[in-house]
Amino acid sequence: MRIGIPKEIHDGEKRVATTPEVAAKLQKLGFTVAVEAGAGEGADYSDAAYQAAGVEIVPDTKTLWDTADIVLKVRAPDLSKGEVDLLREGGNLISFIWPGQNPELLEKLAARKASVLAMDMVPRISRAQKLDALSSMANIAGYRAVIEAAHQFGRFFTGQITAAGKVPPAKVFIIGVGVAGLAAIGAASGLGAIVRASDTRPEVKDQVKSLGGEFVEVDYQEEGTGVGGYAKVMSEGYQKAQREMYAKQAKEVDIIITTALIPGKPAPRLITAEMVESMKPGSVIVDLAAEQGGNCELTVAGEIVVRHGVNIIGYTDLPSRLARQSSNLYSTNLLRMLEELCKTKDGIIDINMEDEVIRGATVIKEGSITWPPPPPRLSATPVKPAVAGAAVAPKKEGFKLPPQVKTGLLLALAALAFYGVGVGAPAAFMEHLTVFVLACFVGYMVIWNVTPALHTPLMSVTNAISSIIAIGALIQISSPGTVLTGLAALAITLTSVNMVGGFWVTQRMLRMFRK
Amino acid sequence: MSEGLVTISYIAATILFIKSLGGLSNPESSRQGNYFGIAGMTIAILATVFGPQITGINSLLTVLICMSIGGSVGVFAAIKVKMTEMPELVALMHSLVGLAAVLVGYANYIDPTTGFVGVERTIHEVEIYVGILIGAVTFSGSVIAFGKLSAKISGKPVLLPARHLLNLALLVGAIVLGKWFINIEEISVGILPLALMTVIALLFGIHMVMAIGGADMPVVVSMLNSYSGWAAAATGFMLSNDLLIVTGALVGSSGAILSYIMCRAMNRNFISVIAGGFGTDSGTPAAPGSTEPQGEVQPISASDTAELLKEAQHVIIVPGYGMAVAQAQHTVFEITKLLREKGIEVRFGIHPVAGRMPGHMNVLLAEARVPYDIVMEMDEINEDFPNTDVAIVIGANDIVNPAAQEDPNSPIAGMPVLEVWKAKTSIVMKRSMASGYAGVDNPLFYKDNNRMLFGDAKKMLEEVLVHLKG
Repeated sequence: MRIGIPKEIHDGEKRVATTPEVAAKLQKLGFTVAVEAGAGEGADYSDAAYQAAGVEIVPDTKTLWDTADIVLKVRAPDLSKGEVDLLREGGNLISFIWPGQNPELLEKLAARKASVLAMDMVPRISRAQKLDALSSMANIAGYRAVIEAAHQFGRFFTGQITAAGKVPPAKVFIIGVGVAGLAAIGAASGLGAIVRASDTRPEVKDQVKSLGGEFVEVDYQEEGTGVGGYAKVMSEGYQKAQREMYAKQAKEVDIIITTALIPGKPAPRLITAEMVESMKPGSVIVDLAAEQGGNCELTVAGEIVVRHGVNIIGYTDLPSRLARQSSNLYSTNLLRMLEELCKTKDGIIDINMEDEVIRGATVIKEGSITWPPPPPRLSATPVKPAVAGAAVAPKKEGFKLPPQVKTGLLLALAALAFYGVGVGAPAAFMEHLTVFVLACFVGYMVIWNVTPALHTPLMSVTNAISSIIAIGALIQISSPGTVLTGLAALAITLTSVNMVGGFWVTQRMLRMFRK
Repeated sequence: MSEGLVTISYIAATILFIKSLGGLSNPESSRQGNYFGIAGMTIAILATVFGPQITGINSLLTVLICMSIGGSVGVFAAIKVKMTEMPELVALMHSLVGLAAVLVGYANYIDPTTGFVGVERTIHEVEIYVGILIGAVTFSGSVIAFGKLSAKISGKPVLLPARHLLNLALLVGAIVLGKWFINIEEISVGILPLALMTVIALLFGIHMVMAIGGADMPVVVSMLNSYSGWAAAATGFMLSNDLLIVTGALVGSSGAILSYIMCRAMNRNFISVIAGGFGTDSGTPAAPGSTEPQGEVQPISASDTAELLKEAQHVIIVPGYGMAVAQAQHTVFEITKLLREKGIEVRFGIHPVAGRMPGHMNVLLAEARVPYDIVMEMDEINEDFPNTDVAIVIGANDIVNPAAQEDPNSPIAGMPVLEVWKAKTSIVMKRSMASGYAGVDNPLFYKDNNRMLFGDAKKMLEEVLVHLKG
């Protein structure tokens, strides 16, 4: 089948759906690939580079759409510019679609009797991670958000002590620790800023810490994990506590980056006008949710505005601002998707609705709308049934002595045993017993100092030392009687094996330990 | 040499032995420690040989011949043994000490020159009895342990029906025989209960070790180590020899502490290890469904592993018994060296019960020339996993099983484990998906950030090495 990659026509969109490297790999899957002239320019991929990868360059947009069996795009087809009508009847389209926000687009595409796979609908399960374009784009957006913020921010990110005075580090507060939020934490702490982050899902705390950020918790008990690893809408009480925390942070920090999104709903309003007003002049807010209405009240989608002395960045094209990187990652996601669709590697795609990943991504199958998909099965982490904890508890019941009583009893027993021995035994035995007990104690003190790395040599050396039992045999070698001498001689032979061998092999081992 | 001089020599030997064990507190001083041990042994032997109790040139000659034969065998074994076979050698040597204790016990019993009477005689006979008992258990137990470790006997626990009752019966039998033995005056008659008891003790040793499975071997080996010490101490009581008592006590407590450390590392009770079988007394592992890991494993190729390693900054390698079996330690070191040359930090995380005897992994890595300062204990390294890019698990399973922490119903719940799943990516090298010794499925394999590299550890590591070089 023939894959066509048109030039993106959305204003300012610089990404391209396929890079030359990926085009070469697509051909290995059995596809032929055609690219509209100049499609890769925005991402710095020349037509010549595509040609070198064996890709046909088609100068005319209409021809490209008409001849392609599968069209790969970045942005959803533009309704107002008539891009939908270019898709040929019964064709295939793989692109971002946002079916929830674009019902009209969905209708129009269905009318073309096409099959459409939405990259934004790929289910969030472990197997589908490699084709999760949302994550790749979010990662770039998070990184770029920090760069944009740094560009607007009038100071260093990192703290310095210079001859001209001390520079405090910038404080960055990140709301929403998804892929974008994590990328932002990483980028900001990499630049040397003090990074704080908050999220309704407590389990991301460790991830924040691992990237060098500080997790700010909301002082309210509620679990915020929804289906499929996304956040859910929180209760009123939680939201109030959350607002107080944001207001406090807004006064302290220099930069706020918001990434809070709830699937299928407008972005939650988290930063109010008063909070913006309370921020220091020259502060920056980057609102990654601008396209979905914004997390900040004052955000204007697609623009930078200055309100109350605070720069509010509402760019909706952050991934496109890193066009080469995002094209690179997005086209790899597309390649993985095509690999899933074409398992036979013969250049023919099979939209297998039994496959969970393909089912989730397919929004139109041969003209009939299949969106929304059935809810995803369990999230990737095993969810333990709540009964597990309850089932264990009764097991531990049964009578148990408190530890003090136990130790006391043991001590009493030991004392009794010693008393028993002391009463009956002759003096000579008691002397030996004294030696024995003291030696046990010395052994106890000495052995705890042995480093665990040397436990094997310890065993072999104690082994060698325990062949001291040879002395027992030696003092009997001169005793009368052949049997006695024989036994002693045999014992001496056996113990010498141990003695010499034990020390030797210990030495051999110890010689190997080196720095 | 006079009696007093012998005693002084024994004191010197005792001090040297303690110094020898003390030297093992770090690898720097350990070699010197071993020399102290050798010196102590030489002094003790020479003092005895030239002491008042050995008379006549014939005796000296016999001693010389016996020691030369035994010594040569010992040297031969020490030179020939492969580092992976250390547990076998140690087990075999324990059996020799046990056997020697039995022989010395018998010799002492039939020696007509002791001449104790009354309470002293009773105590002396108890000492002989106990010495032979411990010696015999050590001997047969060690032989079986040797067989299991060298795979001459199946490593699986052999659980006889009513085995606890059987053990109890053997114990009662030994006590009854002991009572009978002490009441007998005549040596020629007394030898009978003594021999019967020896048979019982031998059976007990066999039965005990047969019931213990592969991964509990570190406990058994150190326990037998301890027994060989107690056997020496019992012999010391029997011969009224303080040097033997002190040395035996040192060795005995050393082995006991090692057993304790091993048990703690498995979160198991010493008694339950010795009683044998894993999970048998807690019934079948938790109900299916509640604990079964979900998801699927994600395999990885050797070349992708190499790529991951190249891009990493911090790598932790967790070796297990599988590395010893595959003899992969040298390849592991080659990879380590290469990565370190590239400026990547590579460290090793060693679980106390990794392998078949305490410290087994450390010795193997040392043999492969891995510097000991990058080989870390579990407690030292566990906190570092979240900052680690790649954690590689080579032939280990239970010691990296997150179920020990996450699933209170798991048979290994509460056992301290290496938290490899906290690394950004963990790679588990395994021959197949079979579960570990404890028979517990490992949820680690199903984690999102885990990849499985299937195949023989050595072969796969060599492939990784080739890709790293390429």
